Amino acid sequence: MKSLESILANHPFFKGLEPEYLALITGCASNVKFEAGQFIYRQDEEANSFYIIREGKVALEVCPPGKKPITVQTVSDGEILGWAWLIPPYHWQFDAQAVELTRAIVLDGRCLRTKCGEDHTLGYELLSRLLPVVGQTMEATRLQLLDIYGNND
Amino acid sequence: MNKSVTIDREGLNQLISVLNGMGFQVVGPTVRDEAIVYEKLESIKDLPEGFTDEQDGGVYRLKKRKDKSLFGYAVGPHSWKKFLHPPERRLWQADGEGGDFEIKPEKLDATKFAFIGVRSCEMHAIAIQDKVFINDKFVDPVYQVRRENAFFVAVNCGQAGGTCFCVSMNTGPKVEAGFDLALTEILDNDRHYFVVEVGSEQGEACMEQVTHKLAQNEEVTLAEKVVKETAGQMGRTLDTTHIKELLYENLEHPRWDDIAERCLSCANCTMVCPTCFCSTVEDVTDITGTHAERWQKWDSCFTMDFTYLHGGEVRASTKSRYRQWLTHKLASWQDQFGSSGCVGCGRCITWCPPAIDFTEEIPKIRDSETQTLKTS
Amino acid sequence: MAGKMEPLMQSPMTPWPYRIQKVIRESHDTFSLNVVPKNSPDSMTFNPGQFNMLYAFGVGEVPISISGPQPGGKGMIHTIRDVGIVTGALHKLKKDQTIGLRGPFGSAWPIEESKGYDIVIMAGGIGLAPLRPALYALLDQRDKFGEIVLLYGVRKPEDLLFTKEFETWRGKYGVQVKMTVDTADREWRGNVGVVNTLVQRANFDPMNTVAMICGPEVMMRFAVSELKRREVPEDQIFITMERNMKCAVGFCGHCQFGPAFICKDGPIFRYDKVKQFFGIREI
Repeated sequence: MKSLESILANHPFFKGLEPEYLALITGCASNVKFEAGQFIYRQDEEANSFYIIREGKVALEVCPPGKKPITVQTVSDGEILGWAWLIPPYHWQFDAQAVELTRAIVLDGRCLRTKCGEDHTLGYELLSRLLPVVGQTMEATRLQLLDIYGNND
Repeated sequence: MNKSVTIDREGLNQLISVLNGMGFQVVGPTVRDEAIVYEKLESIKDLPEGFTDEQDGGVYRLKKRKDKSLFGYAVGPHSWKKFLHPPERRLWQADGEGGDFEIKPEKLDATKFAFIGVRSCEMHAIAIQDKVFINDKFVDPVYQVRRENAFFVAVNCGQAGGTCFCVSMNTGPKVEAGFDLALTEILDNDRHYFVVEVGSEQGEACMEQVTHKLAQNEEVTLAEKVVKETAGQMGRTLDTTHIKELLYENLEHPRWDDIAERCLSCANCTMVCPTCFCSTVEDVTDITGTHAERWQKWDSCFTMDFTYLHGGEVRASTKSRYRQWLTHKLASWQDQFGSSGCVGCGRCITWCPPAIDFTEEIPKIRDSETQTLKTS
Repeated sequence: MAGKMEPLMQSPMTPWPYRIQKVIRESHDTFSLNVVPKNSPDSMTFNPGQFNMLYAFGVGEVPISISGPQPGGKGMIHTIRDVGIVTGALHKLKKDQTIGLRGPFGSAWPIEESKGYDIVIMAGGIGLAPLRPALYALLDQRDKFGEIVLLYGVRKPEDLLFTKEFETWRGKYGVQVKMTVDTADREWRGNVGVVNTLVQRANFDPMNTVAMICGPEVMMRFAVSELKRREVPEDQIFITMERNMKCAVGFCGHCQFGPAFICKDGPIFRYDKVKQFFGIREI
């Protein structure tokens, strides 16, 4: 079985990270598995986990009253799930549900926050990897808002 | 035949009847509604004798001349495209019922036109439209047959109009190619005659039936002098150096907004332009729904629905429409057809109600570029 | 005086009668018409990516790209979304009825030129239709190409087209087929998000990849930037442009996009050749 550290080292999100930082982060890591249909987290719950998806697919959902849940985004292999652990008040904004069997590494948010606070270079490394993901997600969201395939696109 | 000949007024009259006799529909300049337009000619009596025109931005006015010249004016609102590329024509008809129908192609209207008084800029304009309708990937048969059948009696301009700039565009005032006959009108004291250059075998055959004399050296020299003087009277000039790059690099220039404040989006410039070729189609049906027709009509890049796409206009603003028109005319035309789309005839300036004059606008864009270079 | 000219031919503005040999329902608002010339039994040849002008009797004419058939198949298939008056009239037509057709017109996908490359096909909505003949042509000579990736985005799962063929493309030909929808409910087990989010999930060698994109212009802008982010060279990206079109033969002037006439220079363009004008407002 691969070590947590080598799994993290080979994940696209951590590609090229200095070994010393990888070791620091591994200290906050553990393996998790979600069955299809299982909720990973729920909106408004405290957000203390950062999921590094190894395989599978997770749907981010909103459920308006009286309507079926709407999936607004899916994340899958090689991607990451959740950044609410980084930003106060550390609460999830959506429901995250595994669409299929999903294996991930979960990093403890409190642990990560502490380590980033102690070592700003680590903090900078993490943020400069996280920000592009946030940016791309925002770009994708804007495109979804445009409803470009609509009848009057 | 390289030698020039001369004809007098009566000779010109003969020429019109000879062309009529050869089966041509003779069309040329005549006065209607206080403007010189191109219509059917019976004789030289229909020509605008003793008229000239005053032209400026948004200004066109006919005036009497002191002499009896027949071609003493510049170009008016019409151009020959209305004969070669008709403003409105049926493309085909279809009849049917119950999900089945038959298409009847339109019979080719191969009217033979003889054009009298075609100016050099207009010869160039026709050559430019040839590239659109004949020399490109597809051929418009109506344009092709009319073009093929047409007889050109060109006229070297004896005076430039107030908005002319053919010298800047290298399109005149001397007619260089494509004509059957080219006339230079001479009013020398009491003598009124035309020096005729013959440009084709058909032109030569035609002249054989017209009373003419061999041109004397001094007559030819005088004709050359007339054209040379015209070249010196241009009402406008345009520096065309790197004009394509200038426009492509300035698609977001603030000057477009300035122009847009004046432009009415009325489409006059495109209607009077001798090279503008845009058209639209209209489908019509009779009341029973068993007969359908498709018509082609002149269109303009200034009209509302020209760029309609998925429920909206791509070019909704006047700014974008004017930019499209001018950038097409002066820049992208070069990429598309290997030459400028402008022949310097000045019609778009004269017939613009708010007198937008791109020979003034282009330098504004050019000057700001130069300033940017200086300050950077 | 006129110079030498080619002999006269039938006006390219006059449609030819075609018989509808099959109507296929593709989705709730999209259908396909397979047509054959009425006056000759031969199928017409076309290049993947080209389009025809289809005429509904008494109503009007629209440009529709050719979506099939497979090489060697009969007729020409047009996949049409019922969104307007003419497409609505075409939707009402039945087998053996007549339509008018002019074409095929326009440029084609660079199939031959892409031999030896990985291929990334990106489609948005009905944009998959003109790309299907490209896929057919690629799969017809599957061994001549490296990875073949299809990234396909639509609004909702029920808008997906040609899904029955995806299994063959995946299974028989090893195509990486990835779909995504803008929004979905729980029934949908696939990806949710816009199509460019799929680029990073696909396996291909960017420097050695030819990308072919068709979809709404805004989608293509972001698709191009995503491909560039993965370092696909600009001269290996092909996009399709759409503008108002009346004649399809370069006469009417409506479809101009910078120096290009979409109808005869396009609709498919190499990205680097049009990028100067791509994305400029109201161009």
